[in-house]
This record gives sequence, structure tokens and C-alpha cells, in this order.
Amino acid sequence: MNTFKIGGVHPEPNKLTADRKIETLALPQQAVFPLSQHIGAPAVPCVQKGDTVRVGTRIAEPGGFMSASIHSSVSGKVAKIDTVVDASGLRKPAIFIDVEGDEWEPSIDRSEKLVLQSTKSREEIIECIKNAGIVGMGGACFPTHVKLCPPKECTIDTLIINAVECEPYLTADHRLMLEHPDEIIIGIKVILKVLGIDRAVIGVEANKPDAIELLKSKTSMVSGIEVMPLQMKYPQGGEKQLIEAVTGRQVPPPPALPANVGCVVQNVGTVFAIYEAVMKNKPLFERIVTVTGKSVKNPCNLRVRMGTPVSQLLEYAGGMPADTGKLISGGPMMGRPLLDETAPVVKGTSGILLIPEKEAARREERNCIRCAKCVQACPMGLEPYLLATASESQDWECAEENWIMSCIECGCCQSTCPSRRPLLDWVRLAKNRVGGIIRARNAKK
Amino acid sequence: MAQKLYITTSPHVHCGDTIERNMRWVIVALMPALIASFIYFGVGSLIVTATSVASCLFFEWFITRVFLKKPSTLADGSAIITGILLAFNLPSNLPLYMIVVGALVAIGIGKMAFGGLGNNPFNPALVGRVFLLISFPARMTSWPVPHQMTAYADAVTGATPMNLIGQIAGGNTAAADQLPALKDLFLGNIGGCLGEVSALALLIGLVILLWRRVITWHIPVTIFATVAVLTGLMWLINPVLYVNPLYHLCSGGLMLGAIFMATDYVTSPMTPKGMVWYGIGIGFLTVVIRYFGSYPEGMSFAILLMNAVTPLINNWCKPKRFGEAVK
Repeated sequence: MNTFKIGGVHPEPNKLTADRKIETLALPQQAVFPLSQHIGAPAVPCVQKGDTVRVGTRIAEPGGFMSASIHSSVSGKVAKIDTVVDASGLRKPAIFIDVEGDEWEPSIDRSEKLVLQSTKSREEIIECIKNAGIVGMGGACFPTHVKLCPPKECTIDTLIINAVECEPYLTADHRLMLEHPDEIIIGIKVILKVLGIDRAVIGVEANKPDAIELLKSKTSMVSGIEVMPLQMKYPQGGEKQLIEAVTGRQVPPPPALPANVGCVVQNVGTVFAIYEAVMKNKPLFERIVTVTGKSVKNPCNLRVRMGTPVSQLLEYAGGMPADTGKLISGGPMMGRPLLDETAPVVKGTSGILLIPEKEAARREERNCIRCAKCVQACPMGLEPYLLATASESQDWECAEENWIMSCIECGCCQSTCPSRRPLLDWVRLAKNRVGGIIRARNAKK
Repeated sequence: MAQKLYITTSPHVHCGDTIERNMRWVIVALMPALIASFIYFGVGSLIVTATSVASCLFFEWFITRVFLKKPSTLADGSAIITGILLAFNLPSNLPLYMIVVGALVAIGIGKMAFGGLGNNPFNPALVGRVFLLISFPARMTSWPVPHQMTAYADAVTGATPMNLIGQIAGGNTAAADQLPALKDLFLGNIGGCLGEVSALALLIGLVILLWRRVITWHIPVTIFATVAVLTGLMWLINPVLYVNPLYHLCSGGLMLGAIFMATDYVTSPMTPKGMVWYGIGIGFLTVVIRYFGSYPEGMSFAILLMNAVTPLINNWCKPKRFGEAVK
């Protein structure tokens, strides 16, 4: 079975919710839409306080080329445009909507019926995806319409569907594949049409045999779409690792893109959103969220309208356990900690994870004993111990020479360190500084 | 909200590995060799080992608590390992005061002077051992012969396979008749430092270390391979003067050094490529010292010399970066 070659770790999978069907969460009383839910410029509000909106009404427009629209997930009145603390821990501008009823935009096809064919042209499909505000649903939130227009000089030959879900605990993608396989396959065909190619590979880790079976049987009659089971290893869902696992090609260091080796990668959740946007005319305003944790009473997979406060998800899952020490948006390896449960669900919220206090606290850091386990674990072939030391002594030159900008922040190094050193914290700090130095240097040229 | 939440960046989970876990498994892996040593050298081996471990623990505690006024670091287990490894590199009849001096040099100069665990450039146990070898050359190079269960200071000493190999290479080909059978060499039924004699017990330790993923195969295997190839070539050139490479692999401190001393985390290189070069260097220097040096055994010096080169190896041998090949 294929996998990526360098490094990687095997965290406990803890997929507690793999067998839990997707349930639909009730509407919130008030929905909050941060304007920055994606990589790039924040969106610009196109509604005002007091405006009436419906489900699917666009409430904010892209703030630039690299940006995305935001749509209301509820019907009601715009209460205010204010700020909210999001998963970054920072206060960000957001649109607040008080919910009244559940009235949808009439243009959205709400029927259960599968739509198999579309007469839309390539350009119309891209426009449709852009208008629907779709971003990468795996967590990085890169605007999808940008990703579907790779640089002209690159020849794309393979579309890779990221259905790896290598983050422990999370099962949103897994459930989506089990419950909506047909939509996903149609979505893949739509993307193939946009890219003008005829080969797609769905990469799934071997711990989801039911999804592999189902997708294999569904694609057996479809030419060009292959389901590839992959050996379990974190961070296989990392874009570069997945491309290597599937095609054996290694993306060169930044600023090279996957397109440079002929690949475009899309998360399986994004593919589903593309189906809904193109075939059902439904903008991105709801997503599947896994609510989980070892002490959670009723861990579950929920279909949630964007803007719903995390507290409502927790309530559905049986409340926040008394021993909770950390509340995380996303998975345990790369997720972001939430300051409290008032934060709203956004496009990138793949899961809400509650970690018990005894696992949440970091242990005291000790001397580096030079065991080299971080070097063995790093999937990018870096030396985390060295980068962390360079960062600590502010030796930005050493950090740059040793490829710090290649770090994908997967956390393998820190999660293996027997001395419990905060390696990734130091590396992030140095990456930030070195990135600034490189930009300044390029600006001078 | 009732609970206070931790706010830290990712990753939020840890595999559970600790310094203590790694050290514990090294100690476990050393046990077969200690048992073998007791079988062949009797109480002497236990007296030397107990003295060495106790002295190392005492000096580490004394230096951290009394001199540095820091929290004790005894719990990490590294002082116990230094103690056992120092003892394993000593004859089982060494006077107690020499062991204590060796422990003081190992812990005090070899480790704590540089800032404790993680900062020492040289393997502390070997620093202690080589200090003793230079200071007390006579006592350090006369080894008891096996099967003296109750003997300690009064143990009868005799020639070791290492001495004999040296004599043969020096032209005294008659010494070849005294060489023990390969089976005795492998099991440890020979004279030598108390922990180094049983290749079998040390190899069991290697299996434990690899199984618990404390170390990787790179360093021990490259040392074995380098020594086997070099001594094998010499054996093929002149089998009268130079012994079969299996004798080299199973005698002297080679197994102990390759499995437990050269693989010391702190003083060995960080990348697989670096580990291979380091292993080749140790194997090469060992053979050179064994055949051309004035000491019959060269493992300790070879490891210490390569320890000194480790920072350079770390600079030269970078891991294969992702995407480098297509740059």
C-alpha cells in the first residue's frame, strides 16, 4: 500500500464517531459570520444593520482576488456588524444575524434528487464556485476558485481527492463519503471538467475500509476515477505528503505549488460543496462537524449551519465534560485552541475536540538529549531540534539555510519529543521572521 | 463558563515518550549482560557494578544539589546508565577507590561540567574509563579469567582474546593455540572487562533497544560491518597473522561499544546518514588501533574520537529534504 516516504508518526486514531450517522443540528438564535474565514483578504460586507436576509443570501463579497464570498446560513435580520473572537484567538470583524424562521433563497434546489449533468461551461463552473464562497474544507481554507486555475505554464494531469482524514478523532470526511458518495463522484467529474483532464485519484487511509469499498463499487463503472487505499500514517493528509503517496512525485520547496508536479488536490468536503454549488445552486453555508473527545457523553457528526456558536454543538453532544482542559477547533495535531465556547462555526471548522485536563497540560520541558526522534519524525526531512535552537538564539540565517520555510507545521516533531520541548512553537516563530526577511529581500530586488 | 481552558498552539497530543522511558529500556537492555557477567565473574562483577552505580548517583546528586543548587536529576536514569556502563568497562577485580575516582571523572568532568544531560560532548562513562586506563594502566589491563564465583580482589587474571590477537599479529603465531573457541567467545566464557564478554547477552540487549525503538540500527550495524570488512580483508591477505573477523566482532569491547556506548543519544550524530559515517569511523579507528596501536583494544578511543567529530558530522550530513531531488 502506498504512503509518503520521509518521516511521519502514528498518533492514536481515536475515531470515536466513525459509526455515528450525520445528524442535523437545530438552527441557532443568532448566527455570527466572521469576515475572515479563508486565506487572503477579508470579505467586505454587502448588507447593513436591519437588512433582511434569507438562507443563502450573500452577505459579504470577496475583498480581493485571493478572497471568498460569505453567505448567510439563516434567515432573519442583520443585528449588527461588530467583532468576535474567532479560532485565531483574535477579535475580528463579523456580521451578526438574528434568526427568524428558515426561509431559503428560491434559487437553491432543496430537493433530495441527485443532479447528474450540468450544461455549464468551464468558466461558468468556476464563476459558480467563486460565487458560492467555497474554500478548502480540510482546514486550510484556501479559496477553491483560485486553486482550480493553476498557472498556465503548468500541465496538470492528476486530480487528487484528499479523503485521508489523518487527524485523529475527526470523522466528518469519513461520514460524508459513506452518506454522500454519489454527490462526491459527480463533484469530482465537475472538477475534472474544469481542469480539462481525465484522471482523478481518491486517496483514503486504510482505516476506513467501508468508505473504500463503497467508493470502489461506485466508481467501478466510471472511467478515470481511482480509489487508492493508503497506509495509515500522519500527516498523509498534508498536500505534499498526499501527492507523494499517490503519484510518487515530490513538490519542490516553496514557492513551488502542487501544480508544478502536475497535481491539483481537493478535500473531499470541498468536492461535496462544489457539487452542491454547481448542481444545486447552493452556496457554502453549512458543513459537517465532528464533536468529539474521550470524556464527551455523546460524540457525534453534525450538519451545522455556519455561524452557529460552538456552545450549541457542545450542548447537543451532552455538554462540556467537567474534566475538559482544552477546547480545540479542528484535530489534535493541527487544530487551534478556542478561548471559550462562544466562537462560531466557520468554513474551516472540521471538528470540535475536547481534551481532558490531564492530557491538555504540557509537561515541563527538559534539555534536548539529542535523541534525533524529531529528525526521524519530520515528514519534510528537516531537523526540528536545530531549527528550534536557531530560533531560540535568533539565528535566522541558520534557520533559513536549513530549509525552515519548508516546515508544514504538522507537529510530528513536538508530539514525539521525549524532552517535551516546544519545538514547533520555536519553529513557527522563526518561520514568521524568516518569511518576513525573505519578503523584504524580494521587495528590494 | 466553569472550566479554565489551556490555550497552547498545536500539537495538542503527545505520543507519551519521555526521557525516563528511554533510559529505563536501556537499563533493561543492559541486564542480560549483567547476568552473564555474574555467571562468569561471580560476586566481583556485582561489587564493581554496585559501587560504580552508587558513586555515579552520589556525584550527580552532590553536584546538582550542593554545587549548582538545582533540582535533582537522578530520576531521569542517565546516571544509573553511566554507572553501569562504566562498570561494564572495568575488570571485575578493580579496587573500590579506583571505581569511585572513575565515577567522579565520568559524572563530574564527563557530564556535569558541560551542563548535565544533553550537553556533554563525550560519552561520560568512556571519559571515566579512559581516565582510569591512563592513570592505572596495570590494574586496568589485567583481567580476571572466568569462573571465580566468590573472588573479588584476589581473582586470578590471565590473557584475554584481545591480548592474544595482538600477539599473533605481532608475529607470535604460537599464541593462536591459546585462542578460545568461537562458541566461548560468543557466550562470554573469556577474560575481559566485566560487561563486554558475552556477545550473546549484548545482542539480546540490542534486540530490546531496537524493539522498543530506543535506537535505530544505523550505528551498531555499520560498526559491525566496517570491522568485519576491514579485519576480513586482512584475514584474507594473511590468515596466519590476522585472525578470522568473527573473533574481532565477539572480543574486546566491540559489541558493548557498538550497541551501548556509540549509540549514546547525546554524543552521536542526528541523521541516519551521519550515523552511518560515524559508525564507519568508529569501526575503522577500532581496527587501526587494535592492529597498529599500542593498546590491544581501541573501541573506547575510537568512540571518543568520533564523539569529537559528531558536531562536524551534524553539519555535513543533512537529512534528505522533501522536494530536494527535483530542485
